[in-house]
Amino acid sequence: MAPEDSTLDPAVLAAGEARDSVESLIAGLAGVGYIASRRIATALFMALNLGKPILVEGPAGVGKTELAIASAGLLGLPLIRMQCYEGLDESKALYEWKYGKQLLYTQILKDHMGRALADAPDLGAAMEGLHGAGDLFFSEPFLEPRPLLTALRQPGGAVLLIDEIDKSDEAFEAFLLETLSAFQVSIPELGVIRAKTPPVVFLTSNNVRDLGDALKRRCLHLHIPLPDQALEERIVATRVPEVEAALRRQLVSFVQELRSRDLRKLPSISETVDWARALILLHVQALDAVVVRDTLNVLLKFEADIAAVEPQIGDLLTSGA
Amino acid sequence: MQDGLEGFLRALRAHDVAVSPAEAIDAHRALAQIGFSSRTLLRDAFCVTLAKSAEEVERFETCFDLYYARDAFDLAHGPPQEAGRDEMGGPSAAFDLEASLEAGDEAALAAAMEASAARIGAGEIRLQSQRSLMTRRLLDDLGLRSLEARIAAGRGSESLADRIQAESLAGQRERLFARAGAFIERQAGLFAAQSARRMREQVLARKALTAVEPEDIRAMETLVRRMARKLASKYARRRRRARLGRLDVRHTLRRSLGYGGIPFEIVWRTRAVEKPKIAVMCDVSRSVAQAAQFLLLFLHCLNEVVERLDAFAFSDHAVAVSDVLREESVDDAIALILDRVGFRSTDYGRAFADVFELHGAKIDRRTTLIILGDGRTNYAEPRLDILRAIADRARSVIWLNPEPQTYWGQGDSKMDAYGRFCTVARTCNTLESLERIIEDVLRKYLPR
Repeated sequence: MAPEDSTLDPAVLAAGEARDSVESLIAGLAGVGYIASRRIATALFMALNLGKPILVEGPAGVGKTELAIASAGLLGLPLIRMQCYEGLDESKALYEWKYGKQLLYTQILKDHMGRALADAPDLGAAMEGLHGAGDLFFSEPFLEPRPLLTALRQPGGAVLLIDEIDKSDEAFEAFLLETLSAFQVSIPELGVIRAKTPPVVFLTSNNVRDLGDALKRRCLHLHIPLPDQALEERIVATRVPEVEAALRRQLVSFVQELRSRDLRKLPSISETVDWARALILLHVQALDAVVVRDTLNVLLKFEADIAAVEPQIGDLLTSGA
Repeated sequence: MQDGLEGFLRALRAHDVAVSPAEAIDAHRALAQIGFSSRTLLRDAFCVTLAKSAEEVERFETCFDLYYARDAFDLAHGPPQEAGRDEMGGPSAAFDLEASLEAGDEAALAAAMEASAARIGAGEIRLQSQRSLMTRRLLDDLGLRSLEARIAAGRGSESLADRIQAESLAGQRERLFARAGAFIERQAGLFAAQSARRMREQVLARKALTAVEPEDIRAMETLVRRMARKLASKYARRRRRARLGRLDVRHTLRRSLGYGGIPFEIVWRTRAVEKPKIAVMCDVSRSVAQAAQFLLLFLHCLNEVVERLDAFAFSDHAVAVSDVLREESVDDAIALILDRVGFRSTDYGRAFADVFELHGAKIDRRTTLIILGDGRTNYAEPRLDILRAIADRARSVIWLNPEPQTYWGQGDSKMDAYGRFCTVARTCNTLESLERIIEDVLRKYLPR
């Protein structure tokens, strides 16, 4: 979805213009296939102008991750993505020393070292000779940058997406605070690395657990709710342009109607889009009970939900229409 | 900070939106960036900088709409507050009430009202009942007295023109009353509505569980739910954590065999964090019937947030209620449980025997057993032996008793005897103490 040629001048120019106002951000995001509500665009606008991360919350599948991808496309910046999971730690998020390479080099250099130190008169002189070589193995060539460090070191800035931050541990969340507020990290062996251009940071959360106040305070907060009928129709129209207007209205209102029911997992935008694609594949012109029953598993992900909805398909179709 | 945001931030805090100084600075920066040019833009920008959860967004929107009321948000004049700020501290005489009423100068009147409000501290309003007092003070400060003197003088005057003018002023005065009333109403909505609710919740949290009035039950429910959530998110710890820096020598050596003894792959020690198991026994008999409802409610909320919870309810016998709690809604679950075992006389011996039979095999060194009950056996066999057997197996046994400690062991209470086998036995008769104790329990007696 993100245009590949975004590093070309016109795109960068366009990105510069797009930053100017909320309206141009909405238009710009629409240009890369993301239909943003005013609040979403305002959040992005504030993030760009205040240089703060955005914490995006909302139900699964409302386009939290998409927003980051689309912003990267719009701004013409590389997207660096970090997926969080339980047990994620600094060495996987920030940097790591290439241990294997260090070891290999020591092995290879062993003979060489022996020769280099052979003419040292005593142990003290040999130690002296080694001192100079010691830091060699903890230098740039042996550094393995992970997503956070990569994002900080991008010369022109980057879009950093920290996905599903709620899945990570509290310790990791605390560690992020330094990186996100000062946009710098300290590596004991190398010193402090500061971002020349601070990255645009998106954090997404599904509310698996409540995030700490400290983290929330450092971020702008954006809650993306499930969309209303009009917005969702526009989204479907952008993502699946093959769908005819009549069918689009019908399928979106069916989904909207489904959301008013008491289900374990409500269908979100991504499910609507998938469903629209499925209907296109099946050459469906208009919804009827049979088609809906056959494709319901695209929308609902729990057996119990499907069982609850199946007998009501007729009602849902008529009340949605 | 001359942009008149403080009032709004204060109102937000009164609406339970926690605004820290850092966020206040952000809001000011946001305002400097976008200005007061568009109400929607301002609202969205403030929303993303100040409201930090879905619930806060909701409260933020209410507050914003109240504070920057649509009619008051005059684009040409900026926010209503701004005009008021300039005159703050100036003598109220600088504003000529009569003149602006006669001229129909709405903007000047609104500005003067804001200024007066700041002088009399209308923002300090905490209770709805202070409204009429505040309105009166506001009118006095605006110069109502001189206006009334003029009306009285005009009415008593010989000249017809004066009398007509007095009548017109009287009409204006009525409108002024209405405006001042509406103004204070808005202030009360901004600052008082939430504080009254908070005060009530504080009182409720300290009220004895047995003395809660039926009309407070809804409010208690919200409290209990919030409490359970808070506890759960605090103690939802990860289960496995790498202990960085501790080399696992055995594994590293074994892996290195493939590389001719050179340790290419190093293995760090990890420590599995045990997941606690909690079993709860809740007394729902007649003697604790009032408290039982809340204990069950608490249990239901706890069940939503603690993964391995085994719950039992008992009076003259015990039944497992975990499934009911999991599958039914709060009200249904409580009704169902009370229907099954509630309101009978207690038989602790039998209850322990039942629980031991149902669950005894699952009680091990990771289990914490929490007992909620008054320990009154109705002179039946207390079966201390079973409690001792459970206590031997379990990691800890915690007894929360709604009765004060001085009553323990009196009459049919066997609490002092039971207490000997418990890791902790405490009095717990208000929501506040329940929260404190559960928090204590989670911190001290659960493995982490």
